[in-house]
Amino acid sequence: MPRQPALDLSPAVSDEIRKTTCYMCACRCGINVHLKDGKVAYIEGNRDHPINRGVLCAKGSAGIMQHLSPARLRAPLKRVGPRGAGQFEEIGWDEALDLAVSWLAPIRAKAPEKLAFFTGRDQSQSFTGWWAQAYGTPNYAAHGGFCSVNMAAAGIYTMGGAFWEFGQPDWDRTRLFMIFGVAEDHDSNPIKMGLGTLKARGARVIAVNPVRTGYNAIADDWLAITPGTDGLLILALVHELFRLGRIDLDYLIRYTNAPFLVNAAEGDAKGLFLRDDDGKPLVIDRRTGAPAAWDAPGVQPDPGAQWLGHRTVLHLMAERYLSPDNAPEAVADRCGIPAARIRAVAAELARVAFEEEITLNQPWTDFRGHRHETMIGRPVSFHAMRGISAHSNGFQTARALHMLQILLGSVEVPGGFRFKPPYPKPPEAHPRPHARATPGAPLDGPHLGYPLGPEDLLVGDDGQALRIDKAFTWDNPMSAHGLMHMVISNAHAGDPYKIDTLFLYMANMAWNSSMNTSAVMRMLTDTDEAGEYVIPRIIYSDAYSSEMVAYADLVLPDTTFLERHDCISLLDRPICEAEAMADSIRWPVVEPDRPGHAGVRGFQSVLLDLGARLGLPGMVNDAGKARYRDYADYIVNHERRPGVGPLAGWRGDGTGSGRGAPNPDQLQRYIDNGGFFLDPIPEEAQFFKPWNAAYQDWAVARGLFDAPAPYLFNLYCEPLRKFQLAAEGHGHRQPPDHLRARIRETLDPLPLWYPPFEDERVDIGQFPLHALTQRPAAMYHSWGGQNAWLRQIHGMNPLYVSRRVWQEHGFAEGDWAWLTSAHGRIKVPVARMDALNDHTVWTWNAIGKRRGAWALSPDAPEAEKGFLLNHLIHELLPPRGDGLRWANSDPVTGQAAWYDLRVGIEKAPPGGPSHPLHPAQASPVGHGPETVTLKTGR
Amino acid sequence: MTALPADTARKLGLVIDLDTCVGCHACVIACKGWNTENYGAPLADTDAYGPAPEGTFLNRVHSYEMTPEDGAVPMVVHFPKSCLHCENAPCVTVCPTGASYKRVEDGIVLVNEEDCIGCGLCAWACPYGAREMDAVAGVMKKCTLCVDRIHNQNLPEEDREPACVRTCPAGARHFGDLADPDSAVSRLVADRGGMDLMPEQDTRPVNKYLPPRPRDQLREPPEQLAALCEPTTDGLSGFLGWIDRTLGKI
Repeated sequence: MPRQPALDLSPAVSDEIRKTTCYMCACRCGINVHLKDGKVAYIEGNRDHPINRGVLCAKGSAGIMQHLSPARLRAPLKRVGPRGAGQFEEIGWDEALDLAVSWLAPIRAKAPEKLAFFTGRDQSQSFTGWWAQAYGTPNYAAHGGFCSVNMAAAGIYTMGGAFWEFGQPDWDRTRLFMIFGVAEDHDSNPIKMGLGTLKARGARVIAVNPVRTGYNAIADDWLAITPGTDGLLILALVHELFRLGRIDLDYLIRYTNAPFLVNAAEGDAKGLFLRDDDGKPLVIDRRTGAPAAWDAPGVQPDPGAQWLGHRTVLHLMAERYLSPDNAPEAVADRCGIPAARIRAVAAELARVAFEEEITLNQPWTDFRGHRHETMIGRPVSFHAMRGISAHSNGFQTARALHMLQILLGSVEVPGGFRFKPPYPKPPEAHPRPHARATPGAPLDGPHLGYPLGPEDLLVGDDGQALRIDKAFTWDNPMSAHGLMHMVISNAHAGDPYKIDTLFLYMANMAWNSSMNTSAVMRMLTDTDEAGEYVIPRIIYSDAYSSEMVAYADLVLPDTTFLERHDCISLLDRPICEAEAMADSIRWPVVEPDRPGHAGVRGFQSVLLDLGARLGLPGMVNDAGKARYRDYADYIVNHERRPGVGPLAGWRGDGTGSGRGAPNPDQLQRYIDNGGFFLDPIPEEAQFFKPWNAAYQDWAVARGLFDAPAPYLFNLYCEPLRKFQLAAEGHGHRQPPDHLRARIRETLDPLPLWYPPFEDERVDIGQFPLHALTQRPAAMYHSWGGQNAWLRQIHGMNPLYVSRRVWQEHGFAEGDWAWLTSAHGRIKVPVARMDALNDHTVWTWNAIGKRRGAWALSPDAPEAEKGFLLNHLIHELLPPRGDGLRWANSDPVTGQAAWYDLRVGIEKAPPGGPSHPLHPAQASPVGHGPETVTLKTGR
Repeated sequence: MTALPADTARKLGLVIDLDTCVGCHACVIACKGWNTENYGAPLADTDAYGPAPEGTFLNRVHSYEMTPEDGAVPMVVHFPKSCLHCENAPCVTVCPTGASYKRVEDGIVLVNEEDCIGCGLCAWACPYGAREMDAVAGVMKKCTLCVDRIHNQNLPEEDREPACVRTCPAGARHFGDLADPDSAVSRLVADRGGMDLMPEQDTRPVNKYLPPRPRDQLREPPEQLAALCEPTTDGLSGFLGWIDRTLGKI
């Protein structure tokens, strides 16, 4: 008999579990933090949490190593060496805050626009935006402009919401799920859980992506699309649906502007909707054959009507998309997908949508007052992310995808795509952008919003951009998230004006978050004739010793995610589900602890402190003293509108949901409930939300909006047409002549495809390949790259090349290559990958690190073999001799066109390191320990 | 030589679904977190922030690419690998001290770290490469199937499963008793053609892998596609005719 030792099978797991919210990506999963002897011992998913229901990804479980990271900053830092060198002295908090105020107060008194305040993936935009508005600078935005504003804006303008935090597939009912350009980081656990649900019941998953990794690897069908051509593919699918008569006509008539008549008469209203005297769009009533207001009682719109030469939206769509230009055969070569496969996918979409129709026995009443006995669903759903949006044709491509799902009648129906509160919310329900700065006073309104026409642009009388990033100008009229990637470049160029202080939070702009990284580092260190820095002052807040820290004059050290308060707010990007309104908090499950140093403070609390010292309205009381003790105090007591604050749960006497007076016990109620609040949507209100009277009333009761606001989906986007009309010479607000043609061509009110701009500006023969990046599932923020556990999974990033390219260039394992774009040249290690579009190379993003940063040793593989593609991507398009600076961005929204990049490849001499070779930064925190053996409570 | 039990009443193990695994490494890190904090010595990481970081992991995910000879679409398969708790475990029989053993109660293969001399023979004997020597503790580490979770009375019942299974976002990992033909895991194996890894080694692994389902079948439109057009829509005029007919039915 073998001998077996006695085992303790029931060891104590921990002393205490504290439940908070993960911060390792933007999913915001619930986590159980196990503590032993007051120290963090283990992190697992919270089973009760609506986002992750107990599961947790690699990043989340490795959060403990992020909390314990040797790269954590420990005290405020004042620069003592040249910018970029990383030489600092530690100072106390009073000195740091006094210094910041001594810079910020004079700017506010004289010219608030001289402060540019931009934030990264911090998830507190409703707060930071409020601060910037009170300060009075127009120059505020978060990272959306270089991330995925095309996705957000196209969704809002088309249907009042987009993918990810705006909505989700009906995972329990969908039978065909199609994803476009989805990497493993967006969005993380909910998609993996959803894919698992679909797989368990044998539903089909179709993936469109040049690269077959992650979700695309387990897809039943993978379409290896050529980057930048997703729009072509989608329009070919639309072509097929029109050709097959497989569109949901009833849905289009009821819930979209498909039957609206479009004015065909020449003049300043051409292409706008025909309207009655009350301004209501007109349809042709089938009962009379005459025009009637779209919402007239009993009206039966004819979606195919023509009237006095004016045609309906659907008529215009059929004309465009039935054109042979959009047939599968016409696009197959450019997309890299055989026409037969495109037809097969279209037929499958049509089959599942219309032959597997779902009926829920759930009565509901629409906004017209019609009662429906059932809910009819089409079990096809879609998801898309940066792969389609990070192109200069990304806005129109995302619009095309929304059009596709609307044609199938699969939005906000059982089995389809569903919105998550506070969405749906159409553009009209969002604010307009504001930029009028007044010395010593707040801005005239919120910075960001959704322009409805030229009148909403932020340009001066001379046509000059009012914002440093030129958001909401003719260059990119609908730049709803700003253009963070243009801030440093424009500030350095003094175009449209110079600034005084650049204030950044959690945005690694001196490295992986910038295009043209090497040049950006030079811009940050460049001096003028007088020897002064061109960008005079830089304040930066981060929790870690990132590359950007070295470029700051003053560093305000932030806490780790386990040491801080946060609110994942309905005023911002909450954690709602399609079935429930929800929000959540972070709270200090452990106190910040940096022995021997001045310590760290949560950035939001520091910002409130600065606001109070600057006397900003809303941040001081009548006596001029700080109104909020810290961010936690703000979270509980701030009211954006009477009774509506950052958190929805347990308001007033503790029973309020969404509305109610501030409740001093609110944070404790969140903590007691596992860190989150959840308020389910009633059954009758769960679908058809934009048109469902019960949902509208439910949402109003919770303060999501103040009056029922049903709306129709915009297949035809009239605001786009208004910009086109201006470009055609109509109206008093006119674009500059050099932009007229581009606006006419790209701001089309119906989705269309045009080639990515870089394709037309560079020699395709010289740069035959597409190059792109994606985040791996195990990393998200740049800080993940120095996590002791995660860096063993992704410690370097090869450039993956297709079999065709591999063989053409005679590459062998271990080889290095020169990769060249119109803008630069880098040396990188290569690896072969067959499950890859033939004309594409790719790598993992943000693995490469600069020597000396992140407490890594200078010879770490992240620096020796890791690299950034960013060095090859310019924030401007190649010059074309007109003296103008053309942004490498989408012409509608200004989204950074990362994936337009074209490259050429050649074999390089063997061996590393990767190029460009930047000298090491000094580390303000030293280097990490040699060995990690983690065991608490022993 | 260490003896194996002739039979175990239960055969606790994992069923891993290669059709569903997205290769996200969630299981790898959840395992690292739990097992560094619990059973035996912590799982050390040497040169943790240096040029050659190397740590002990009880579970790793490898990704493989398969390029069909016939020019069909290449596949990528993510393959999580940990100890398979073999019925005929060569790592146990090779152990000179009796430190490696297979539990009679549930079939879990464990290393008694107090008796382990770090000779490494078991790692050589394991055909799967599923054991790792801890560089700091000098003892052999391997998957414990979270023996200190699955029977742990201090955990809520629903949490008495391995950390990798609890955390797997895609639900690709299943835990149960493979000796019980009616268990959920046994039924999965039966329904989905669960496979042994390297059966020719005669190790009789308890863990099973569910193979990926066929991919990329959507190649041609259905032959009856034309019939979908009711009747054929021919260009714009055909479509407008279709609208009229369809409106008649609404």
